Amino acid sequence: MAKVTLEQVNVPLRTFDLDVSLTVDSTVALVGPSGAGKSTVLNAIAGLVKPASGRILCDHETWFDGRRRVFVRPEDRRVGLVFQDYALFPHLTVRQNIEYARRHAADEYLDRFKLRQLEGAKPGSLSGGERQRVALARALAREPEILLLDEPLAALDAHTKVDVRAELQQLLSGLELPTLLVTHDFEDAAALADRVSVIVEGRLRQTGTPGELVARPADPFVASFTGANLLHGRPHAHGDATGIHLEDGTLITTSDNGDGEVTLAVYPWDITISTTRPDDSAMNVIAGEITAIAELGNRARVTIGPVSAEITVDSLHRLGLHTGRHAYASFKATGTRIVASKGGTE
Amino acid sequence: MRRTIGYCLFVAVAVLTLAFLLLPIVGIFVHTSPGKLLGQLSNPVVKDAFVVTLKTSLIAQALILLFGTPTAYLLATRRFTGHSVAITLVELPLVLPPAVAGVGLLAALGRNGLLGSSLDAFGISLPFTQTAVTIAVAYVASPLYIRQAIASFEATDPHLTAASRTLGAGPVRTFFRVVLPLARGGLIAGLALSFARGLGEFGATIMFAGSLQRVTQTLPLAIYAEFDVNFDTTLAMSGVLILISALLLLTLRIALSWQRSPSSRSTSLLGLSTST
Repeated sequence: MAKVTLEQVNVPLRTFDLDVSLTVDSTVALVGPSGAGKSTVLNAIAGLVKPASGRILCDHETWFDGRRRVFVRPEDRRVGLVFQDYALFPHLTVRQNIEYARRHAADEYLDRFKLRQLEGAKPGSLSGGERQRVALARALAREPEILLLDEPLAALDAHTKVDVRAELQQLLSGLELPTLLVTHDFEDAAALADRVSVIVEGRLRQTGTPGELVARPADPFVASFTGANLLHGRPHAHGDATGIHLEDGTLITTSDNGDGEVTLAVYPWDITISTTRPDDSAMNVIAGEITAIAELGNRARVTIGPVSAEITVDSLHRLGLHTGRHAYASFKATGTRIVASKGGTE
Repeated sequence: MRRTIGYCLFVAVAVLTLAFLLLPIVGIFVHTSPGKLLGQLSNPVVKDAFVVTLKTSLIAQALILLFGTPTAYLLATRRFTGHSVAITLVELPLVLPPAVAGVGLLAALGRNGLLGSSLDAFGISLPFTQTAVTIAVAYVASPLYIRQAIASFEATDPHLTAASRTLGAGPVRTFFRVVLPLARGGLIAGLALSFARGLGEFGATIMFAGSLQRVTQTLPLAIYAEFDVNFDTTLAMSGVLILISALLLLTLRIALSWQRSPSSRSTSLLGLSTST
């Protein structure tokens, strides 16, 4: 597998500078909030944006070198870029779109991407999932050294998304092609990528496997991005980090250590919901009215006060939960993690 | 109640406006029978004027297309110092009184003009030739095409050109295979407008090229010349121009609906207010 390396690539953006060093040698996801510079990273690799400084290498070929003034034009780099809106040529048929990348390549990809019946159709008449298949086929027909996917699932509705994600997962695992995908959804990143880099305001905050990011988030941002609930509070007594007073007075026990103002991360799947107060005194309990319930497939997110719990739709119905109902969210001390402390004595 | 009165007032004003716009056209066709109109078309003055108009218009539009398209693309896709000055220059002929444009062309390209003396050295004299008609028409009509072309190019999704580049097409191939086909509708609409404007050109032409039958006398100039001589001829020529204009307007409508369907971004008629 080829390897694409970004060395201190700097691109001045409107309010901050993008400054990224990154190696793409497997499937890597770049996650972060919108406006963090994710797409700019893709554009820099594709040659659509010229960085101010740094180096971009593809194996031993230099695509960009700020100091040596090397800039390979996008048409001379072998990059398969799939745009968020797919950017299919509206005046060309599916077949012509694929052959735009490489002549006589269509037949191979039409079958592989189940597009044979649509080969004469114009992009305007295709569904979101079909468009993405055409965009992928077109990008791969280019025979790229690296595949770049910009928010591959953002343009799809929730229903198609699940299927397309599974398709994409299967495709990427069989490709043997370094892939950099950009998403604002940690769940998508975790499902598709071997490694995840969290980017905020142009800087990488943390890189690791999805499991590592969930287990050891480097800061509150990474924690909240990986889906954790963040609770802010102060240790019960000075130096005693096992008891944390939240802003509303609730006392939370944690197995982690911290000082001063601390931020605790609790993952939704570590929280259980009940309609009566749990007997177990070792549990942390947050009581209150349910303020929101969001169903996602067979799971549901239930929000009580500052936390959201993830439970199955079955238990949602079994417990007869609805917004406005009084309920208890409980979680173990070992399920909490201090991700930031400030103003402490450390 | 007050709302209905207001509404009726609006309808009345609108009907009056539309009637006002239609009135001269009705006048022309009511004044003479179709047979009489057709008979006048064999009149040599009419035939000569028609040929001169067609020839100069076609050449002028070809020149506008050839020079205007790259200019418009550059202005639409690049931002450079002096960009707004360049846009103002493109729009200048639109606001310049045609007679002034004619005087200007004469002062620049006339025998004693800015460039005229150099041209004279090569034995080229432009004023009062068919070339002068073509130049006058191109000068006056060009903004209508270039403005619409800029708007069409600006409406082309930049992701599509970027995609084309990453798929291995250089800027030139991208222009011909992606940009041009997508802007096609808008470009044809602009050309139709520019053509219509060129057909009616009067002021600049009469100043710079004069009104010589079979050489520089275009239909509008012939209409003016025949006005005192034979009013029926005038009407016939007017009828011809109306028909051509109607045809151009139809082309424009069709072309614009074309433009809209693939990229779905709106392109205003005349391209006078499109911005991205």
